[in-house]
Amino acid sequence: MTDPRQAVPRQPVADDVLVRARGLVKTFGEFRAVDGIDVTVHRGEAFGFLGPNGAGKSSTMRMVGAVSPVSGGELRIFGLDPATDGPAIRARLGVVPQADHLDEELTVEENLWIYGRYFGLSGRQVRERARELLDFAQLTERARHKVDSLSGGMKRRLTIARSLINSPEVLLLDEPTTGLDPQARHILWDRLFRLKRQGVTLVLTTHYMDEAEQLCDRLVVMDHGRIVAEGSPRNLISAHSTREVLELRFDLDDHRDRLDDVDGVGERVEVLPDRLLVYVDDGDAAMSAIAGRGIRPLSSLVRRSTLEDVFLHLTGRSLID
Amino acid sequence: MTAPTAPAATRRRAAVLPIPAGAGLARMVVLRNITSFRHGWIALVTGFLEPVFYLFSLGVGVGALVPHVTTDRGSVVTYAAFVAPALLAASAMNGAVYDSTFNVFFKMKYAKLYDAMLATPLGPRDIAVGEVSWSLLRGGLYSAAFLLVALLAGVVHSWSALLALPAAVFIGFAFAAVGTFATTFMRSWVDFDYITLAIQPMFLFSTTFFPLSTFPTPLQWVVQATPLYHGVALERALMLGEVDASVLWHVAYLLALGILGVVGASRRIERLLLR
Ligand SMILES: Nc1ncnc2c1ncn2[C@@H]1O[C@H](COP(=O)(O)OP(=O)(O)OP(=O)(O)O)[C@@H](O)[C@H]1O
Ligand SMILES: [Mg+2]
Repeated sequence: MTDPRQAVPRQPVADDVLVRARGLVKTFGEFRAVDGIDVTVHRGEAFGFLGPNGAGKSSTMRMVGAVSPVSGGELRIFGLDPATDGPAIRARLGVVPQADHLDEELTVEENLWIYGRYFGLSGRQVRERARELLDFAQLTERARHKVDSLSGGMKRRLTIARSLINSPEVLLLDEPTTGLDPQARHILWDRLFRLKRQGVTLVLTTHYMDEAEQLCDRLVVMDHGRIVAEGSPRNLISAHSTREVLELRFDLDDHRDRLDDVDGVGERVEVLPDRLLVYVDDGDAAMSAIAGRGIRPLSSLVRRSTLEDVFLHLTGRSLID
Repeated sequence: MTAPTAPAATRRRAAVLPIPAGAGLARMVVLRNITSFRHGWIALVTGFLEPVFYLFSLGVGVGALVPHVTTDRGSVVTYAAFVAPALLAASAMNGAVYDSTFNVFFKMKYAKLYDAMLATPLGPRDIAVGEVSWSLLRGGLYSAAFLLVALLAGVVHSWSALLALPAAVFIGFAFAAVGTFATTFMRSWVDFDYITLAIQPMFLFSTTFFPLSTFPTPLQWVVQATPLYHGVALERALMLGEVDASVLWHVAYLLALGILGVVGASRRIERLLLR
C-alpha cells in the first residue's frame, strides 16, 4: 500500500487548531440555516457533524470549505479568514462534496490530473500522484474508463481520491457514504481509517450514527442549525443515555397505550411508531421485571445505547425519518 | 525607487475593475476543455461547416447573379470577395457563441463543474477568463479553417488578409465574453431562444450580405451598434485591403465589449455559485 500523503512533509505548526468557529451563522434570506455554532477542530482528529436532513451540516461545510460567505460570527481555517484568504485556504483543503461533481466528460485518471492542475500542480506531479491515488482508491483497472461507467461506490472513492490530489491537511467529507450499499460503505470506511492513521484531519458530516461512532473521535450533534450536544461518541452516550436499551414491540396501533405497563422499569421511555424504547442500565433485569408483571410483548430486544438514542433524547426525533 | 509589490498592484487593478478573485490559474480551465475535446473533436467540425456552406451557396451561387458589389469604402469587388470576410467574422462568432452559451450552461447547471472548480484555489475570475479564452480559441480555430477555404476558393485578394486571423480573435473575445455573461442569466434551455433571436438577425443584417448604404440612415445606426457589424467591417477592411484608422475603432469596440463581458461573467458566477 502506498502512502498517498508521502509527497508532502508535515510542517510543524505552533497552533494545532485547524478550524475555529465562534457564533458562526449562515442565513439564506430570513432563514437561519446555521444559527450560531462554536466548533474547534484539532490537527489529526476525526471530527463529525451528526444531524438529520436540513440540520445545516452542508451549509457549515461549505463555509469551512471557503466557498460560502459567512453571514455572521467568526470563522478561521488554518488561522486564516476565508473572506480574504479563500484560495490559500482551499489550497490546503480536500473537499468531498455531498454530490460527487465529477467531470463526466473525462476519464477516471483525467479527472485526477485535471483536478490537480487546478491546484497549480505540474503535469508530472499530477501523473505521479494520480497513480498512487488510483491504487489507494482501488481504481487502477478503471483508470482509462469514462466516469459514467463507474458504480456509485467507485465514484465516491474517485471523489475521495480526487480530494487528496493536493495532499490536503484537512479533508472535508459531506455525507461520504450516503446512498451506498453496506459493502461499499465498509470499503470507504476502511479507506478513511487509513487516511486517519496517516494523520489527515477528517471533518465529516453524516446522519448515520454508526458512521459517526465508527469514524469520529469527537462530534457535535446538530439540529435546526444549532449544536445540541458535543463530545466523543462514548461520552455523549454516557451523558445522554443509559448503558442499555430494551426495545418492546406490541400488537397495537399506538404504542403510547402501553406506557403504563413499563412505568418505573427504566430511567426513561421513548415512544416510536412501532415500538417502545426503555432506557435501562441492565436490559436483562428489566426484561425479567416486565415478564414478572405478566406483560407479553410481541417481541423484545436488549441492545447497547447508540448515538441515535442520544439524538432521540435531545431532540425528541429520529435521525432518519 | 522600489517596484510596487504584487498585492498593491492587484489592489489597484481591483479598484479600477471590480472583478472577483482568481488564483491566476485560468489556463487550467482551458486545459480541462482541451482534454475534454480530445474525446469529442467531431463537435468542432460541424460548427465550422456552416459559414463554408454559406460561402459556396451565396458567394458562388448568388455571385453568379450579382457579379459586382461596391463596398462602403468605394471598392468594386466580386460578390464572393464581398461576403467572404463577413463569413469569416461569423465563423469567429459562431465558434465563440456556441461554446460560451450551450457548453457553459451545461457545465454550470448540470455537470456542476464550476462548483468542483471553486472548491480548489480557482476563483470566479479564473473560470470566466478560462472559459472565454477557450471559446475565443474555438472561434479562432473556425476562422483559421474558414480563411484557408476562402484562400483556396480564390476570394482573398490582399496581403493584409494575414491580419484577418488576429482580428478574428478580437471578434471571438467579444462574443465569448458576452455569451458567457448572458448564459449566467439563463434559467433553462428555453431561454436559449433569446440567443438565437439575437444571433440570427445579426448574422443576416450586420452588412454580412449587402453594404451598409443599402439601409436607411436610422437603421444604419442600429446596425452600427451591433458587435458583428464591427467584426465584419474589420475583416472586410483587412481582407479587401481597405485599411485605415477606423480599423482601430472596431478593435476598440470589440475589446471593450469583451472586457465588460468577462467582468460581468465573473461577478455573476460569484453571485450564483459562492452563496
Ligand atoms: N442556497 C440555499 N438557499 C436557500 N436555502 C438553503 C440553501 N442551502 C441550504 N438551504 C436550507 O438550509 C437548511 C440547511 O441545509 P443544509 O444543506 O445545510 O442541511 P444538511 O444538514 O446538509 O441536510 P442534508 O442532510 O439534507 O444534506 C435547509 O433547510 C435548506 O433548505
Ligand atoms: Mg447536506
